Amino acid sequence: MNVVEQELLTACQLDQDQLNQTLAHICARDIDFADLYFQSSSHESWMLEDGIVKEGSYNIERGVGVRAISGEKTGFAYSDDINPMALMQAATAARGIVQSGKSQSVKAFSRQQYIQLYTEIDPLSTLTQEQKINLLHEVEAHARAQDSRVKQVIVSLTGVYEKILVAASDGTFANDIRPLVRLNCSVLVEQNGRRERASSGGGGRSGYSFFFDVVNTKSRYQGYAEEAVRQAIVNLQAVDAPAGMLPVVLGSGWPGVLLHEAVGHGLEGDFNRKGSSAFSGKIGQQVTSELCTIVDDGTMVNRRGSVAIDDEGTPGQYNVLIENGILQGYMQDKHNASLMGVKPTGNGRRESYAHLPMPRMTNTYMLAGEQSPEDIIKSVKKGIYAPNFAGGQVDITSGKFVFTTAEAYLIENGEITTPVKDATLIGNGPEAMKKVSMVGNDLALDSGVGVCGKDGQSVPVGVGQPTLKIDEMTIGGIQ
Amino acid sequence: MAQIESINTAMQQVKERVAKVLELANKLGADSAEVSMSKQQGLSVDTRMGEVETVEFTNDGALGLTVYKDGRKGSASTADLSEKALHQAVQAAVNIAKYTSVDPCSGLADKELLAFTAKDLDLYHPANISTEQAIAIATEAELAALNSDPRISNSDGANFSSFDGFKVYGNSHGQLVGYPSSRHSLSCMMIAGSDDEMQRDYSYDVNRDFNNLKDPKLIGIESAQATVSRLNSQKLTTQKVPVMFRSDVANSIFGHFIAAISGGNLYRDSSFLVNSIGKQVFSSHLNISERPHVLKGLASSSFDSEGVATVDREIITQGQLQSYLLTSYSARKLGLTTTGNAGGIHNWYVSANGGDFKAMLKTLGTGLLVTELMGQGVNVVNGDYSRGAAGFWVENGEIIFPVEEITIAGNLQDIFTNVVATGDDYDLRGAIQTGSVIIAEMQISGQ
Repeated sequence: MNVVEQELLTACQLDQDQLNQTLAHICARDIDFADLYFQSSSHESWMLEDGIVKEGSYNIERGVGVRAISGEKTGFAYSDDINPMALMQAATAARGIVQSGKSQSVKAFSRQQYIQLYTEIDPLSTLTQEQKINLLHEVEAHARAQDSRVKQVIVSLTGVYEKILVAASDGTFANDIRPLVRLNCSVLVEQNGRRERASSGGGGRSGYSFFFDVVNTKSRYQGYAEEAVRQAIVNLQAVDAPAGMLPVVLGSGWPGVLLHEAVGHGLEGDFNRKGSSAFSGKIGQQVTSELCTIVDDGTMVNRRGSVAIDDEGTPGQYNVLIENGILQGYMQDKHNASLMGVKPTGNGRRESYAHLPMPRMTNTYMLAGEQSPEDIIKSVKKGIYAPNFAGGQVDITSGKFVFTTAEAYLIENGEITTPVKDATLIGNGPEAMKKVSMVGNDLALDSGVGVCGKDGQSVPVGVGQPTLKIDEMTIGGIQ
Repeated sequence: MAQIESINTAMQQVKERVAKVLELANKLGADSAEVSMSKQQGLSVDTRMGEVETVEFTNDGALGLTVYKDGRKGSASTADLSEKALHQAVQAAVNIAKYTSVDPCSGLADKELLAFTAKDLDLYHPANISTEQAIAIATEAELAALNSDPRISNSDGANFSSFDGFKVYGNSHGQLVGYPSSRHSLSCMMIAGSDDEMQRDYSYDVNRDFNNLKDPKLIGIESAQATVSRLNSQKLTTQKVPVMFRSDVANSIFGHFIAAISGGNLYRDSSFLVNSIGKQVFSSHLNISERPHVLKGLASSSFDSEGVATVDREIITQGQLQSYLLTSYSARKLGLTTTGNAGGIHNWYVSANGGDFKAMLKTLGTGLLVTELMGQGVNVVNGDYSRGAAGFWVENGEIIFPVEEITIAGNLQDIFTNVVATGDDYDLRGAIQTGSVIIAEMQISGQ
């Protein structure tokens, strides 16, 4: 008996037998699959603005979601109270998706084995409240010490401690403890009446000590403060971005949001089962330049997007989505995998017990190529170099996707020159990815800040890529 | 009637619980406190290709509280409403208030500004839709769409949702108010074309009262028409042209304006509209009014999220800025009085001077009609605007061909002051009610 079962079952007058009986109650109708998802989470956030700690909050949430699947149909109900009666009520509501039919069997539970990818520690307890406050002040002081043009600093710190347990009619019985921390620094700089804002941050599935780890001779938290100030100062000098089609060099790391939008969403199993994705029916075909090998990797240690098990109890996996340009497979949850006759890939994720799982990305990145980033820049006569981005969006059916620069420069005759203002880049996923003509040897993952939204559900994700060149993209500048 | 009685009973119980939490906060050492609690239940049904795909029963409740002690603030929330969890939440908030800083601007809203009773704004119309009825409604929309045009090749599904519940807010000024509300919606999304070019588009409606919801068949047919009209989309060449935002995307322009006049961005000097009261920020023909007490309004409320009574307000008169959007906190930071906009705006109405959609196209003449925007490329600090777009190319007031994979760019300051005309083809489905909007010129980036 571990701490998760203790909290989510025993303390709520539940045991494995009762979960089995509940699943049997659902499967008394013609139900192919049913699962119960128990979750508890505590979440804290702290915010410092201009020298004072303005906000602090603590949130607790727990509940159970019950899902019943028959063919393509899904019934779903949940309760924010975990007890035998509430569980049975939710089960009765969920099985209402099927009115009758012959009873299906429920397999005996077998405990899912998996590799631990992150600590089980409660991050909220890894610093005292005083230490958390001190960290906020230190980030601010470090940002202000960088440059006298820094006028305002906002620092936020959040920590989540989540426990989940899944029990399913296919015999799955699994649980996981998922810590998640995040630190962000946002600055406003001003020069001659011109103001610019920029932010930087990071995090992972870890305790707060993550922010004190030394990377490149300084603590991570100092790195975030310096990076926010550096970006804001660059943007003070930015001129209008050009309009029209130009070659684009994307930096390594966070610009991997390109892959998330241009490729990732379109490879989620649900869209492909329904035939609504621009990538539907293209397994085995060339969908990107042959320089691209793209993976979704839920198994990275301590990463924000990692899942030791997904929210259906399937262990996280390293899935090759595209190899040398050829589409290998889609990301699947159990439901879509079974309807498409393939195996689940550890991508069944949900925002909470009150949401249905669906195929979602974990950490999505492109493997390194052979070129040096310098050679890639040198190869461009006139174009854009974009080492940092804000968010993006995709229409998976038409394949159109956008992402907006947060730091970008002109490339003129093989040299990075003037910074340009934020501009939205637009393209068609499969077409743009066929125009990838150079891939760098400098693969990097983002710093641990990604949030992905789909059907109103948010989940933490990671992205990454080496420096790469796209021969032409439409740049949404104004001259 | 029985349903109204039962929701009133449930709301009364929640009010008692909120009062208890306020008492507890006081007992655990808070100088003052505020508590909000909501409950919502409902049903959401998805169909696809005329068959039910998911049936989801929702039942959400959450309590959030903020306590103040010696000028310091602490917050907590919980979805677990057991006595033990509530006690834990109050204790957590009080503990946090030991570590936050003294902030002279924080605290409850001023007592004389509060709404001590909730007006009946006719927001509660429970529909008692059964699962079978919900499936039938969504299916009707979807089948109408699938059968309306042979170019429709696939469906992304239809959704019918019906929710009702209530909100209660209380604070240690003795305010304890609440109101019930409902919301019903139907949407349908279709796919047209195949291998070479696939397009999707949708239609939807939303209303407080189920009986006022648009005919499902009509929503289906509209979604199919919207989708097939996008087939054979082309890129435009890079150029500067007049741009018309169709009413359902025109509200985004005013959404950016909301961000620019929100107190939080103003006191942080993070808006291009700091110190703009009385200044010309829009074209002189344009007026915007806020009307919080419209019956059945989607953004109606007689008090904001900190209990402040909402009042009718002019935001823009003849293009000049009349009011910011403030909370108690941002108002104190700016030395002003709150405008009752904690939690957002309450029903905005944008004036019309350009006639209906057809007349607006004539006014546009030759240029771009935008029907979809993508991405968040808007910078409120300096007004820079760059977003992905799709729509139609218009010549001499006639739609010529669909357009995609382009961006439109400019600066919000110029966009606001170059509104040529606003239509009376109002989109009534949101908090911002506006017709189509024509901007004199924007940069299009294409090929």
